[in-house]
Amino acid sequence: MEASNSESVVDRTFREESGRAVASLIRVLGDFDLAEEAVQEAFIVALERWPRDGVPSNPGAWITQVARNRAIDRLRRDRNLREKTAILEGLEALRPPAISPAEQVAATEIADDRLRLIFTCCHPALAREARVALTLRALGGLTTAEIASAFLVGESTMAQRLVRAKKKIQMAGIPYEVPDTGQMPERLSGVLATLYLVFNEGYLGSTSSDLVRVELSAEAIRLCRLVVDQLPSEPEAKGLLALMLLGDSRRRARVDGDGRAVPLEEQDRGLWDQGQIAEGLELSEQAAAAGPVGPYTVQARIAATHARAELPDQTDWARIVRLYEWLEKVSPGPVVELNRAVAVAMSEGPEAGLALIAAIEGLDDYRPLHSARAELLRRLGRDEEATDAYARALEIPGNEVETAYLERRLSETRSRIPESG
Amino acid sequence: MQYMLLLQGEEPNWEDVSPEEMQATIESMGRFNEELKDAGAMVTGGGLRERATATVVRFQLEGEPIVTDGPFTETKEQLMGFWIIDCANLDEALAWTRKVPLQGGAIEVRPLVEHSREEDDISGEELVRRATEKK
Repeated sequence: MEASNSESVVDRTFREESGRAVASLIRVLGDFDLAEEAVQEAFIVALERWPRDGVPSNPGAWITQVARNRAIDRLRRDRNLREKTAILEGLEALRPPAISPAEQVAATEIADDRLRLIFTCCHPALAREARVALTLRALGGLTTAEIASAFLVGESTMAQRLVRAKKKIQMAGIPYEVPDTGQMPERLSGVLATLYLVFNEGYLGSTSSDLVRVELSAEAIRLCRLVVDQLPSEPEAKGLLALMLLGDSRRRARVDGDGRAVPLEEQDRGLWDQGQIAEGLELSEQAAAAGPVGPYTVQARIAATHARAELPDQTDWARIVRLYEWLEKVSPGPVVELNRAVAVAMSEGPEAGLALIAAIEGLDDYRPLHSARAELLRRLGRDEEATDAYARALEIPGNEVETAYLERRLSETRSRIPESG
Repeated sequence: MQYMLLLQGEEPNWEDVSPEEMQATIESMGRFNEELKDAGAMVTGGGLRERATATVVRFQLEGEPIVTDGPFTETKEQLMGFWIIDCANLDEALAWTRKVPLQGGAIEVRPLVEHSREEDDISGEELVRRATEKK
């Protein structure tokens, strides 16, 4: 019992603390691989010792210390590493102060390390896919295999992508620093975009397994929370966190017992996570009040409007339409137009929505456009056109759960088409 | 760390450029270069003559190198100038690069290979000893 209990502590600690330890070591070592290996070795030591000697009072600090010692051992053997003096002095500085009030100080410094590392991993000089992968690997503690399966690429391809990105960070001198105020807006938007991508991959995930998907969303929320804690005066970070929490609050209601997708208006709102909703509403208010209001905050306010409706027909669709109009101003694009069209359909009727959808350009291969069209046609009883639209949507690959839903609707509408004579 | 900034752009048709425009370009570039120098970041740099002046020397496995007329690539965008700057990291190099007074074109930022320094020849063991002694 003892043993399995401390094993689960090791597991949990790994999820929560590996990012911290890796971030601190990377800052000092300037070397992702060495940092990751040292932290992994530290967890192996923990698996051996914690069941025998008990779990230390501060597991995270323990891991960082053991990893630090491992890194020093490694450096002793390595005769060719550059800048060794500075690195070793940095490692020396990672030694924790003996008294506990100072531990508090150390904890904030460590959090800073993770923030620095997020900015490094999401640097615009890195390819977009690499930013996502690197963030999950270094800060989320996900394995290369897990990341590969989440993004539907082979493990060796993903490993290569990571190697290339780490090499670029080192060779091109991408710093481990929180950018100065001048560069902050651009750099922060890069960080938030990466986290949102991770969240969406977890939330809407193309075809990856459910378990990995939940992990991705949770990780995105955890990292976004870190950014909010560290940069409390950045409203868009709060806006994004609110958006993620409000989306995630519906997770249990989005799929029924048979694994089928449930559209928003048919969801059992009793299954929505009220804790996440409360926090999301509070954060979206704060973000909107702080202004200037950016795209994540507007989207959070849209999600908040849904969250406030206890029943689907209490949804304030007119307000949602106005928010989408606002979103089109701060972040124009055809996907936003599509969402506004759907809101207009809910507010003014399916015909008005269909007219707007017909005017959208550039989304011919975008599945949600065709599924939205199909839904509106179905509501109007135009079963023949709806059937064609569902069929068109199904030609475009996407999420399995959603595919099953569209197939179910397709056979429904098709069965209602009168036999042509 | 040293970075090379490679300025790529479409060569203007010099006959269409008025002397005033030319003068303004030279002056704004000059101010940028002065700023680099004042900050101690400038290693070297310069603008290139138009591509019609380029000569290519091509090497092969055997035989003498061959000299031909023309730039290395016949693309629309050509290498037009370069700087080598000394910066702490890529962010600093990018901050300088953003300041280059341009209305078009692109700058490729590439780190230069660093040459090994004395400390690379000291063993890890020795450095650990020194680092711990200092404490």
